[in-house]
Amino acid sequence: MIRFLLNQQEVSLSSADADLTLLDYIREQRRLSGTKEGCAAGDCGACTLVLAEPNSQSDGLFYRTVNSCITLMSAVHGKQLISVEHLSENNTLHPVQQALVDHHGSQCGFCTPGFIMSMFALYHQNAQPNRDDVLNALSGNLCRCTGYKPIIDATLAVCAQAPDDQFSRNETETLKQLLSFDTGTQGTPNLIMPTDRKALAHAKAQHPDAQLVAGSTDLSLQFTQQLKKGETLISLNAMSELKTCTTNEHSITIGAALPLNDAMPTLLKYFPTLAELLTRFASLPIRNQATIGGNVANASPIGDLPPVLLALDAKLHLDNGTDKRIVPIREFFTGYRQTQLASDEWLAHIEIPKLKPKQRLAAFKISKRMEDDISAVCAVFKLTLSDGTIKQVETGFGGVAATPVQCNALADALVGKTWSDKSCVALGKNILENAFSPIDDVRASADYRNTVLANLWHRFWLENQTNNTIQTRVVSHA
Amino acid sequence: MRKLIQPTQHSNNSGAVHRSTKHESAERQVKGLANYVDDIVEPQGTLYAAVGLSASTCGDIESIDLSDVWKSEGVVDVITIDDSPGHRDIGPVFKGDPLLADGEIKFHSQPYFAVLAESVTLARRAALKGKLVIKEKAPVLNADQAHEQNFFVRPTHQFGMGEVQTALSKAEHTASGRLQIGGQEHMYLEGQVSLAVPGEEGRMNIYTSSQHPSEVQKLVAEVLDVKLHHVMVDMRRMGGGFGGKETQAAQWACIAALLATRNQCAVKLRLPRSMDMQVTGKRHPFDNHYNIGFDASGKVTAAHMTINGICGHSPDLSDAIVDRAMFHADNGYFFGATDFTGHRLKTNMVSHTAYRGFGGPQGMIMAEAVLDKVARATKQDPLTVRKLNLYGEDNGVTTPYGMEVEHNVLPDLIEKLEASSDYWKRREAITAFNQQNPILKKGLALTPVKFGISFTAKHLNQAGALVHIYTDGSIQVNHGGTEMGQGLHTKIGQIAANEFGLPIDMIDVTSTRTDKVPNTSPTAASSGTDLNGKAVQNACITIKQRLADFFAQQCGVESGDSVKFVDGEVVLGENTKAFTTLIQEAYFERISLSSTGFYKTPKIHYNRDTGQGRPFFYFAYGASVSEVTIDTLTGEYHVDRVDILHDVGKSLNPAIDKGQIEGAFIQGMGWLTTEDLIWDGSGKLISNNMATYKIPAIGDTPAHFNVDLYGVDNAEDSIYRSKAVGEPPFMLANSVWCALKDAISSLSDYTIDPQLDTPATPERVLNAVNAINTEGEA
Repeated sequence: MIRFLLNQQEVSLSSADADLTLLDYIREQRRLSGTKEGCAAGDCGACTLVLAEPNSQSDGLFYRTVNSCITLMSAVHGKQLISVEHLSENNTLHPVQQALVDHHGSQCGFCTPGFIMSMFALYHQNAQPNRDDVLNALSGNLCRCTGYKPIIDATLAVCAQAPDDQFSRNETETLKQLLSFDTGTQGTPNLIMPTDRKALAHAKAQHPDAQLVAGSTDLSLQFTQQLKKGETLISLNAMSELKTCTTNEHSITIGAALPLNDAMPTLLKYFPTLAELLTRFASLPIRNQATIGGNVANASPIGDLPPVLLALDAKLHLDNGTDKRIVPIREFFTGYRQTQLASDEWLAHIEIPKLKPKQRLAAFKISKRMEDDISAVCAVFKLTLSDGTIKQVETGFGGVAATPVQCNALADALVGKTWSDKSCVALGKNILENAFSPIDDVRASADYRNTVLANLWHRFWLENQTNNTIQTRVVSHA
Repeated sequence: MRKLIQPTQHSNNSGAVHRSTKHESAERQVKGLANYVDDIVEPQGTLYAAVGLSASTCGDIESIDLSDVWKSEGVVDVITIDDSPGHRDIGPVFKGDPLLADGEIKFHSQPYFAVLAESVTLARRAALKGKLVIKEKAPVLNADQAHEQNFFVRPTHQFGMGEVQTALSKAEHTASGRLQIGGQEHMYLEGQVSLAVPGEEGRMNIYTSSQHPSEVQKLVAEVLDVKLHHVMVDMRRMGGGFGGKETQAAQWACIAALLATRNQCAVKLRLPRSMDMQVTGKRHPFDNHYNIGFDASGKVTAAHMTINGICGHSPDLSDAIVDRAMFHADNGYFFGATDFTGHRLKTNMVSHTAYRGFGGPQGMIMAEAVLDKVARATKQDPLTVRKLNLYGEDNGVTTPYGMEVEHNVLPDLIEKLEASSDYWKRREAITAFNQQNPILKKGLALTPVKFGISFTAKHLNQAGALVHIYTDGSIQVNHGGTEMGQGLHTKIGQIAANEFGLPIDMIDVTSTRTDKVPNTSPTAASSGTDLNGKAVQNACITIKQRLADFFAQQCGVESGDSVKFVDGEVVLGENTKAFTTLIQEAYFERISLSSTGFYKTPKIHYNRDTGQGRPFFYFAYGASVSEVTIDTLTGEYHVDRVDILHDVGKSLNPAIDKGQIEGAFIQGMGWLTTEDLIWDGSGKLISNNMATYKIPAIGDTPAHFNVDLYGVDNAEDSIYRSKAVGEPPFMLANSVWCALKDAISSLSDYTIDPQLDTPATPERVLNAVNAINTEGEA
C-alpha cells in the first residue's frame, strides 16, 4: 500500500506500475493538468510538485520540491502531495500566485505552474531569502520567455512575508495524518518498499532482476527517455537506516539513500569549500531526491560526488543483509559503469574522513552553464601541508576518463616541495595536462578538458596561497 | 463621402491602453488552469500517434519493413507517405518538405512512418521498431561542402550601393574576417502537439500549438484532399513559439489528421522533447565573410558581405530568412559602397526555420564584428567608432537596399544610454580592474539595434478581425494573431476596450480560429499587434459608427460623428447613456452588433530584381550596454550588468513590452553564449535534450538589469503610435558578445580583435584567450 494525502484527500494505492511517474499519475489518473511535462527528464521543472513531509523532529512540515516527471510513486508514501491547483483558496490567489501576477512574471505560462510550486516551497521555509537563495530555490525551473527578472522580483517580495496560508493553518492536522501513514506495509507488489536490511535482502533474493531505486533521478530516464519497462523495482525510500547522517571524532557517515539536500548541512559544516560544487550539483529539486549512494553506485564518470569522495578517501559500507564489508572508494570503480558491488549487495553508507588541520580542500566544476549542468570537468584537490611543505596531494576527477579517477602522479611530483614556490604551478599543470585521455563529446573537447584541468591546478594554487589577493572567480558562491 | 468616426487616438485617464494591464491569462496560468493542447479534455476513444525516425542521414530508400511495428502492443494503424490521399509535400512556400520521407532520406532522424496506438507510451515504443534500409550517400554538413557542390535550396540574392570594388581599392585601410554563427533550438517549454478530431463526412477540427493556424488548415486540407472549408483549426495559446511553431507545427497536425480520418477517432500527436529537438528546424547557423575598407578616423567606406545561411535540406522559409539577414548586415550604420550577397546553402540537416529575428541576428552581428575590427585597428573605443558610422545626414541615410532611414532615433538613444549607463566612467574602472587583475578580465560594450518591421513577403502584411457585442454589452474579439505568451491578446483587449471606452473585463479575446477570421498570416515578424491591432480597431470603428449614428438619432442630432465612448458611457454633448443600455436598445432597433475588420500595411514595396525598395514600414531601435567578467584560466564568464534603452514607440503596455525586452535579451544572450547545437560527423544532432543543450537558467540573469523604454511616438501611423517589440530586442544581446571580445582584447591592450565564433562557450572563450596570448608572444 502507498498511502499519502493528495492535498487534503487521503489516497491509498494498492497497486501501481513500478515505473509510473508522479507526473503521469497526477495528469492522467487524477486529471490535474496544471502540472506540465516539458522534458520528462528532470531538466526543466515544468512538472515541479511539492511533497510536504514531517520534518526531522516531526514537529512540523518540510516542503520539498520534486521533478514529478522522474519521481516514482514510492516517493509520495507518507507525504502530502501538493499541486498548483491546490494553492488558491475560495478563488483567492495564493500569495505566491498573486506575487507572480503582480510582477508580470508569466508570459506563455507553460513553466509557470512549476515556478509557482518552487516559490511555494521557498515561501514555506520562512527564511527571508536573499537573491542568491531565490536563485538556488528556482535553479531547477527553466523559463524561455521572461528572462527570469520578474520571477526573481516576485519571489523576493512574497518570501519576505511569514507564511500564512491554508497549509500553515492546517499544519498540525496534516502532520498528525501523515504520521499515521507510517504504520503497516509499504509499497505495492511490483514497487517493493522494504523497511530494514533483512527485508531488503529478502526482496533482492525474491526479485534478483529488480533494480534498486532511491531518488530515481537517474533510473527514471530509462523509462521516460529510453521507454524501457520497469516491471519490478525495489525502492529504498522506506529504509530509514539508509537515511541517517552521523558523525564521530574522525568521520561523518551518510546513509546511501539520504537525499543530497538533506546531507548538505552536515557536509558543509565539515567541508565548507564544497559549497559551490554542491549548489551547482544539478538543481534543488534533483538534490531534494538524488542520493549520494545513487551518485556513487551508478558509477557514472561524470557524477560530481565521486571525485570529492575520491579526494577525501571515503570508505563505502556494502551490505547484503547478512555481511557487511568496507571498500575504499578508490578501489570501488572497476570500469565504465562497473563497480565492486556483488549482485546481492547494496551500498549502505558512505564514511568520509574529516579534514585535519593543515588540510585544504577545493572542488571545481566546469560546465557550459553555471546552474544545473553536467560537468565538462570536475576537479577536486585535497592538500596536506606541514610548515609550508607539501605532505600529500589527493585528487578526484570527473569527465576525463571512463570512471571517476585520481592522479597519483601529482603527489609523486609535489610531495616535499614548498607550497608557496611558484614552480608548483607549472609542475602540477604539466602533469595534469597529460594525465588523462578524455574524449570529445557534446560538453567539451578533449583539448579543453586537458587544458582546463591543468589550469584548475593553477587556480587551486593561487586560491590557497597565504594572503592571496588575486581574484579567480567570475561568480562567487556562498 | 461624409467624415467617418475617428479612431480613439489616445486614451483619456480611464483609457485602457498605455498602461501595464496584467496578461489576460496571468491568473489562469498561476493557478494551473490555462489549458494547452495536451490539457484539453480528450474525446472518447482518443488514440495516440508517434513517428518513427531514420537512423541514417542521407540516401535513397531501398526498403521499409514495418511488420514489427504492426505487431507491437496496442498498435491500431501504421502509415507511410504512400497513405496520403492528397499532397505528399507540405512545404510552406516552396516544395521540399515531405509529410513523411518520400523515396529518400534527407537528414538524420527524418520521420518515415507514423504509428497509432492505444497509449502514448505504446505508440512511442512501437515507433522504435521500424526497419529502414537506404543506399547511403555522403551527407553535406557545412557551408564549405555546400559551396563546393553548388548545393543551394534557393538562388543567391544580391543588392548593394555604389562600386564596392573601387571603394575597397581606394580605401586607406582594409580588413576581412569570417564569423561562424551557431544556430539555436527554440526550446519552447511546450513541445509540438496536435489533436485532430474528425467531423462529419471528411470534416476535421484541429487543436494545435501553432503560430500559423491558416497554414495548418491549408496543409491538412491538401493532405486529406478536402476543401479548406472542411478543416477548422483552433489555437488558444502556445507554451512558447519563438518562430518554432510558424511552419514546424503543421507536419504533426497533418499526420494526426490523416490518422484521425483513416481510423475515425480523435488522434493526438505530441512529440517527446528529444524527438522534438531532432525533427524540427532551428535558427539557421550562418558562416559569413566580410571585406571592408575604412579610413584612419574609423569611418567605414566600403563593405562587401557574403552571407551564407545554412538552410538544411529544404527551402522552408530560408529565402526570406537569408534576405532578412542581408537587410540587417548594415544594422544602424552607413557603410559607404556596399555589396551584400546572400547564399541559401543546402545541407543534410533538418530544415532550418523561423526563429525570433528571422535571420536578422545573424546579419546584424556582422555589422558589429566589422565595427569591433575597425575600432581595434584604429585604436579607438568601439563605442566611438560605432557612433561615427551611424546613419545620419553626415554619413548617409540610404541603406544598401535603397530604403531611406527616416526618423532615426539611434544617435539620441545611444547618447541617452551612454549617460544613464555611465559608460565612460565604467570604461575607466574596467581599464583599471584589468590592469590589477591577472586572471579575471572585464569587458564592456554598447551595441545598437535597428530592426525593420514588416514581413518582407508583402502579401503577409494583412490582418482580419471579428468583433461581436452581445446584448449584455460584453464584447468578444477574434483576430488572426496567435497568443504565445507575448501578450498579444492582452494588447488587443486593451485596444478594443479603449475604442469602446470600457473596462478591460468587458472584452474577451478568444482562441484563434480559422472559421472566425480566414486566410490569416502567421503571428511572426513582430507584426502581431501592428497588424491585428489595426484590424480590430477597424472592426470596432465600424460598430462604433453604427452605434454613434443610432445614439445621435435618439438625441435628435443629425450626425453621430462627435459621439464619444468614454468610461462605460456614450456621450454626445449633454447627452449620456450607459453603454450597455445603448447596446440593448440597438439590438431591439435591429442594428448589427458585429463586424469584421481588416488592415493592410501601407507604403511597403521591394523589387527583388533590382534589390531596391522599402521593405519595411518603419524601424524599431534600441541599444544595450553589457559588462562581463571572464576567467582566463577556464573561459568561464558572467554577465555582471546590463543597461537597455529600447524604442517601442508609445508603449501599449509598458509591463508587457519590458517583459518582451528582458526575455528577448536573455534568449539572445543564450544564443550567443551557452546554446551550443552540435551535430556529430554523421549528421546526427547530439545536443538533443535539455541536459546537453543549455538555455539560460535563472542564475544567468544579470543581477543589475536595467531596462527602460525610449518613449517617443512612432512617426508612422501604427496602432496608437506604438512599435513592434517581439524580435528587435533579441539583438540587444550582441553587446554581450562584444563585451566578451572586449575582455579578451584587453589581453592585447586592445590591439587585437579576437576571433570569437558563436556560441561563445567557455571553451571558445578560453581558445580565444589562448590564441591572443600566443599571438602576443609571437
